Amino acid sequence: MLKYIMKRILAIIPVVIAVSFIVFFIMDFVPTDAAVTALGDGATEEELEYYRDTHGLNDPLPVRYVRYMAGIFHGDLGTSYANQMPVWDLFFDKFPNTLRLALASVVVTVLLSLPLGILAAVKENTWVDTVCSTISFVGLAMPNFWLGLLLIMLFAVNLHWLPSTGAEGFKSLILPAITCGTGNMAALTRITRSSMLDVLRQDYLRTARSKGQSERNIIFGHAFRNAQIPVVTQIGIQMSTLIGGAVLTERVFAWPGVGAFMVDSIQKSDFEVVTGFVIMLAIFVSLVLLLVDVLYALLDPRIKAQYSKN
Amino acid sequence: MFKKQQNRVRIAKALETKRTSTPYAVSVEDLTVHYVTSKETVKAVNGISFKLPKKRTLGIVGETGAGKTTAMLSLMNMVPDPPGKIISGNIQVGGLDIRGLSQSELKRVRGKEIAMIFQDPMTSLNPVITVGDQIAESLLLHQDISKQEAMEQARGMLAKVGIDPDRAGEYPHQFSGGMRQRVGIAIALACKPSVLIADEPTSALDVTIQAQILHLMRELKEENDSSMILITHDLGVVAELCDDVAVMYAGNIVEYGTLEDVFNHTKHPYTEGLFNSLPNIHNRVSKLQPIPGLMPDPSKLPDGCAFAPRCPYATEACKAQAPYIKHFSESHLAACTAYHDEAFAIKRRETE
Repeated sequence: MLKYIMKRILAIIPVVIAVSFIVFFIMDFVPTDAAVTALGDGATEEELEYYRDTHGLNDPLPVRYVRYMAGIFHGDLGTSYANQMPVWDLFFDKFPNTLRLALASVVVTVLLSLPLGILAAVKENTWVDTVCSTISFVGLAMPNFWLGLLLIMLFAVNLHWLPSTGAEGFKSLILPAITCGTGNMAALTRITRSSMLDVLRQDYLRTARSKGQSERNIIFGHAFRNAQIPVVTQIGIQMSTLIGGAVLTERVFAWPGVGAFMVDSIQKSDFEVVTGFVIMLAIFVSLVLLLVDVLYALLDPRIKAQYSKN
Repeated sequence: MFKKQQNRVRIAKALETKRTSTPYAVSVEDLTVHYVTSKETVKAVNGISFKLPKKRTLGIVGETGAGKTTAMLSLMNMVPDPPGKIISGNIQVGGLDIRGLSQSELKRVRGKEIAMIFQDPMTSLNPVITVGDQIAESLLLHQDISKQEAMEQARGMLAKVGIDPDRAGEYPHQFSGGMRQRVGIAIALACKPSVLIADEPTSALDVTIQAQILHLMRELKEENDSSMILITHDLGVVAELCDDVAVMYAGNIVEYGTLEDVFNHTKHPYTEGLFNSLPNIHNRVSKLQPIPGLMPDPSKLPDGCAFAPRCPYATEACKAQAPYIKHFSESHLAACTAYHDEAFAIKRRETE
């Protein structure tokens, strides 16, 4: 098992190289001059040329790529053109906020979707099933920015219970997490429902029933334990999407996360930031996917046995 | 935890007040079970009655779809509902009226009074729970013991069914089919139930393993003084293990009697057909005589005898009226209209 995890961590390296290669070359095609971004429109041609020279911008592309990659392993992702801060520091300034929001959103989604999905499966094709599905789709149907604004109006402007913007403490996390989390509800509820339906037909539930086990323990102790793999997969997918930043939610709540910051950087043509952020996000998404695979092994001994074999 | 125990004691007391004393381990009267969907009504079991005295073994024989499993699930009130519905009938297990019990009382009965071994050991064990825990689960449900004690007893059960107790921490996928069925037996017998239902326990297994499993079941049944109902379509297994035999066809018991009655004094044309379709080891040149046709669709049963369309002796009377129940002796009966004629007799292939 440990060997498997080590192997998977090593496998992240080629992913990083591939992602950086693609991003680096795309950025090179964009017809924007980094020197202009850094020095502003008022700079003279000599000043620009001097900047390009000292920052290695005139070197051929492969040279710049290799130099950049060598930097990554030392925690150097270059310097932002726009504000002269190291990209590494900028990333780790924004990323904890994004991670916090992502985790909180997933918690909201899970707390809503699992009960709805399980209930819908147990009461398959009854009105309860319909109600559960409808609730989950309402979350999907409401655009994030719209729901966010409604929540701000109600809880921040009218009731003054929660702050409308910022990332100060737990209270400011609640509204963005609800906004973000409800949007993912539909997918997770559907997956939970179908996975449970699959398991509820299994013979071993009849065995459990014949022992005199209660329906509640049959559903949670026997059935749900077997239905978790697709659920965990879906949570992993949602988590990796959220790690890339929930741009709309971050905008509405002025949440200082990576998503909104990357969009700003693209608009400012601050490509050093964009490249560095994309590479770092690729690493974290890979780690999330690894975590999902490790969870598989903890949930299903058959998968664990397979991991140990390889 | 303490409250749980109190609850258990309370329900057990309530159960005892409902129990009537009886010489029968199981008694079923006029049991009818239908699967009702918006499209059709599948008449799986149509008014069967039988009585199983304590410590005896009853074999229920019949083709796939004859309603054997449905009838047995009814004994535990476990017919999947919806769509299954017990329409009528009186079911007594150990003197308890199963249909008159509450859900919490039923949970006391299942696993403790009556337990079941299922057909397919590959699917009837939970793949993510260790076999030790799956056996201990029954023990914990019915006894006031700690987890450690339950686990210790579970290991004992494993040893009893011939599995190394040190494998208690392994998962079902680490066992072969025969081993898994041994685990199934250990689960069913963990709480020493007075009635054991075995639903084709060996049909998913290798022939070489079948005999081992059957002997194990018989041994443990005798050790516990249990009664057993064995569902099978293998007449050889019936001859090996059973005292009484019920032959089911399209949801009815068409012949019922002791092993001797049914095997040596076969009365019903369907039972005859079953025997005739067995290969004969003494006369290898004789051809198998399969019963022509198929069992009727249980959602469209004919009015008269359900076997009439396939019966070589069938007359117009068979198709028009429900079969006549003829008692040949105290223990032996057959449901066949032809016995209105005292001179009627069927022929077994061997006697030709």
